[in-house]
Amino acid sequence: MPTPGASETVPLAGSDDVVRARHRVRALAIELGFDLVAQTRIVTATSELARNTHLHGGGGRLTITLVADGPRRGLQLEFSDDGPGIPDLDLALTDGWSSRGGLGLGLSGTKRLMDGFTLESRPGEGTRVEVVQWLKRR
Amino acid sequence: MTTVPVVRIRNALVAAMQEDIEDRSALELADRLANEVAANGASMVLLDVSAAQVVDSFISRVIVDIARVCRLLGAQVTVVGMRPAVAITLVELGLTLDGVRTALTIDDAMTALEDGAGADAWRV
Repeated sequence: MPTPGASETVPLAGSDDVVRARHRVRALAIELGFDLVAQTRIVTATSELARNTHLHGGGGRLTITLVADGPRRGLQLEFSDDGPGIPDLDLALTDGWSSRGGLGLGLSGTKRLMDGFTLESRPGEGTRVEVVQWLKRR
Repeated sequence: MTTVPVVRIRNALVAAMQEDIEDRSALELADRLANEVAANGASMVLLDVSAAQVVDSFISRVIVDIARVCRLLGAQVTVVGMRPAVAITLVELGLTLDGVRTALTIDDAMTALEDGAGADAWRV
């Protein structure tokens, strides 16, 4: 994925796909030159969001895009599904809230790991989460 | 599904988590460790996460659950060898494995547990 705008899609239908998504995102993060901590943040965010897409969204897809903003390069990850959607976005982004008895840190925690985070969802119309991490110039 | 290998060293069970663990492998490990502790009476369980490249909220919850269950069965759980990048990411996620003992190496963990050092401070 050498040039900005290049993108690829990973299906997220089962738990194996969550592992596959983590592998692919890690490989691209390494290729782009993210350091180890940034790689770990990006792959962890991928794990959280891919699991949500698989479990809550009933499956969906991850689109990975190399993005540019002037000289800056970054990795953009878009997780989308056609599932039931999230009724209360503010609540879903609150620390400690969980729809399934988990720790409730998936979405709010993921937001802290990434430079950019956008969540769009409506009941019955699926969910789209877009995150981006920018490569820091050294 | 890949299975997490568990080996017994004296009275300890050592489980070495892979670099990329699947959710169901972690859940299977939790059940297996509980059964093994109950059946063969290990007094310590060491979860070696030195190979793990990702510990997310799910795996973190499974680790905390393993520690709680094993404690009820009479074994102390220590998480060993976490990578710095994983620790940094966990803290940013808001997850700190509260109540779970940690050590840098298996040797450190076994020495500390055998000495009973800081047993009160370490209570889960």
